[in-house]
Amino acid sequence: MSKTVITSQHSTARGTHRSYVIGFVLSLLFTFIPYVLVTQGLVSGAALALLLVGFALAQLLVQLKFFIHLGHENGPRWNAVAFLFMVLVVGIVVVGSLWIMHNLNYNMMPNDMDHYMNEQQNSGGF
Amino acid sequence: MIEPATAKQVHASNLQHEADSKTIFGFWVYLMTDCVLFASLFATYAVLRNNTFGGESASDLFSMPYVLVETLILLTSSFVCGLAMLAVHQRDKRKALISFAITALLGLTFLGMELYEFTHLVHEGNSWRESGFLSAFFTLVGTHGAHITVGLIWMGVMMLQLKKRGFTHGVTRRLTLLSLFWHFLDIVWIFIFTFVYLLGATNL
Repeated sequence: MSKTVITSQHSTARGTHRSYVIGFVLSLLFTFIPYVLVTQGLVSGAALALLLVGFALAQLLVQLKFFIHLGHENGPRWNAVAFLFMVLVVGIVVVGSLWIMHNLNYNMMPNDMDHYMNEQQNSGGF
Repeated sequence: MIEPATAKQVHASNLQHEADSKTIFGFWVYLMTDCVLFASLFATYAVLRNNTFGGESASDLFSMPYVLVETLILLTSSFVCGLAMLAVHQRDKRKALISFAITALLGLTFLGMELYEFTHLVHEGNSWRESGFLSAFFTLVGTHGAHITVGLIWMGVMMLQLKKRGFTHGVTRRLTLLSLFWHFLDIVWIFIFTFVYLLGATNL
């Protein structure tokens, strides 16, 4: 006669104490480094922007893995699929909006008269 | 947790877990739509960040040390929320209640700091009415703050439920959803911290 056991199935994975501590420490690191870069003026321009975005994305991944445990759940990883689809939608919305608004900004910019007369000769476009 | 069970109990438990996993997934899908909402607010802010209408800009208005403290407080509360969920899975009621209380306290501190920042901006004449930049700022950061507020109310309710009912199936499931929500809010803040405050300070 065997005893049946209740095992817990989770659609969210669970963490361990260790995972939360690692996530916390890494997040702290990825918060302080950009902060110091900006407040100390160590880097500037496009390089700084890239670094800041990079650290933000890194911290996102850290928190997704160590706090939310995305992708570690039992069974089919529908959480991860939904997340990736969100990224796709966000990509379309944000990139599309920025592109369109940049375009509008340029093409709708008011000119003064002389500039307008000269512009008549040229072709439009972005 | 593993314990011996009758076949009937296992079946009921499995049905409950299946129902739970659908609820949790459904809540996750809601969080994904919330991401799209925030993304559109970020895009709006990106477009309007330099439209200061002659008024003060991000680099004039934001205090870096202040925002760093806010960020650390929210990050810590997300971490403690994780510890709270560990206590939930260990069925340690006292530890869970204390951890959620600390999470909520930190969240309240964050919210208080943010409200102070907002009132200060308005009193200095930099309300959301003054420019596109400020409209976008208040909408984006304010929406995040509204989510924090709702999360704190939810947390208060859940602490009461946990205290009164203990670790019932419903309470455990709802605490799981709440912790997902709370982690999500800290993740959104990472991007506010980076794109609004850090990049704002550098005029990029």
